[in-house]
Amino acid sequence: MGWFILYSLYMAVCRPGSPLQILKQMRFIGTKSLFVIILTAAFTGMVLGLQGYYTLAKFGSEGMLGTAVALSLIRELGPVLSALMVTGRAGSAITAEIGIMRISEQIDALETMALDPFKYLVTPKLIAAMVALPLLCAIFDVVGIYGGWLVGVKLLGVNPGAYFYEMEKAVELRDITSGFAKSFSFGVIIAWIGCYKGYYAGHGAEGVSRATTESVVLTSVLILIWDYFLTSVLL
Amino acid sequence: MIRLTGIHKSFGSQKVLNGLDLTIPEGKITAVIGPSGEGKSVLIKHMIVLLQPDSGQIMIDGDPIVGIRRSHMNRIREKFGMLFQNAALFDSMTVFENVAFPLQEKTSRSRNEIRHTVMEALEAVGLKNVENKYPDELSGGMKKRVGLARAVVLNPRIILFDEPTTGLDPIIKRAIHQLISDTHTRYGFTAVIVSHEIPEIFDVAQNVAMLFQGEIIQHGTPEEIRNSCHPVVRQFISGSLDGPIQVV
Repeated sequence: MGWFILYSLYMAVCRPGSPLQILKQMRFIGTKSLFVIILTAAFTGMVLGLQGYYTLAKFGSEGMLGTAVALSLIRELGPVLSALMVTGRAGSAITAEIGIMRISEQIDALETMALDPFKYLVTPKLIAAMVALPLLCAIFDVVGIYGGWLVGVKLLGVNPGAYFYEMEKAVELRDITSGFAKSFSFGVIIAWIGCYKGYYAGHGAEGVSRATTESVVLTSVLILIWDYFLTSVLL
Repeated sequence: MIRLTGIHKSFGSQKVLNGLDLTIPEGKITAVIGPSGEGKSVLIKHMIVLLQPDSGQIMIDGDPIVGIRRSHMNRIREKFGMLFQNAALFDSMTVFENVAFPLQEKTSRSRNEIRHTVMEALEAVGLKNVENKYPDELSGGMKKRVGLARAVVLNPRIILFDEPTTGLDPIIKRAIHQLISDTHTRYGFTAVIVSHEIPEIFDVAQNVAMLFQGEIIQHGTPEEIRNSCHPVVRQFISGSLDGPIQVV
């Protein structure tokens, strides 16, 4: 597995493949994940608004709701939840696509043409995921903040000025860049595990199905573990 | 010329090739026949380095290909075309894109030249008005034809056919065999056909090798194989249930 990601990163830098392929993958991993990302972000922000208001009201600090929602989303929930959503939607599809190509000998066909399958199957997906995840995370953060605003300001009566003013005061550039750094690395994990599991899928439909399940489970677990280590370094 | 010497290959405890020796002459059609599950596809995949032997050596035009670097391996593979058992067409591409793909990736030809070459290759395999279809819109026989067009489009010196007629009806089988003969005459490549289509394969091949229990037990002209006294060869050709080949 280590060799797989090292070679993929080498290819991404030295022989990134066709820009059209990369754009196609960005459309698949990024654009087509937008709906699920916006939906998840809106409800995550709304729940944060409810829970944050309930907790802050106990200390008479409802005005800090914007800060609480924004920091939770930007530093933690935005990168992690958007990565988990993309894992479920695109990571599984990447494994299934490459797995089917493996069992139907399409990868062998590429090799017999003296073409490197990594250049066509792995590298475009890796680059696309590295670019798309931070962008999706940014959208998740913005939609989530407005979800929290909807519940906190419109439903529960928090002062709208305080919601955004306190948020602006508390959120630093470092919070945003650390969130993007997490998203970038989650993009690498999603493409790495998704492609690896598909590339080495077992025989038949059962082999592809098993590879897809393993890919989603392993990617999700790795995202959470890596998030802990990254948080402890970036804090 | 392809020369395999002392090839051993096992998958786990299952021994598939057991010290196999075989020489494929240049410019001729050689058929490798044998019962199902005897390792014919494994053998052909060794020739194009999709599999590596546990021991033994394979020479392509005098160059050893076992354990070579990837860059060298790709230079060797450029001599080959391959028609897979299930055609292995790229299912997200149209017929045209499938055949054009090796040309786009391996040559610097213009779009018009590629279009002309692809249409010529499709015509050579008897296909018209299918270039915009996807593989799942084609019949089994048509997929094999597209696979053949893709295999010959770069004009390789060696083409490997992995059971090119499996699963096809007798008329389409004959048509595919005829197509292999015609394209061989037209392009003059060295061909290796893995098959158990007896007796049809004798009309296509100029050499026949019989694989049994991981070894080539007989190698000769179709006539020599037809008239063989070897009990395994005789049983296989006659399709008899009685003999040294045990049907489980």
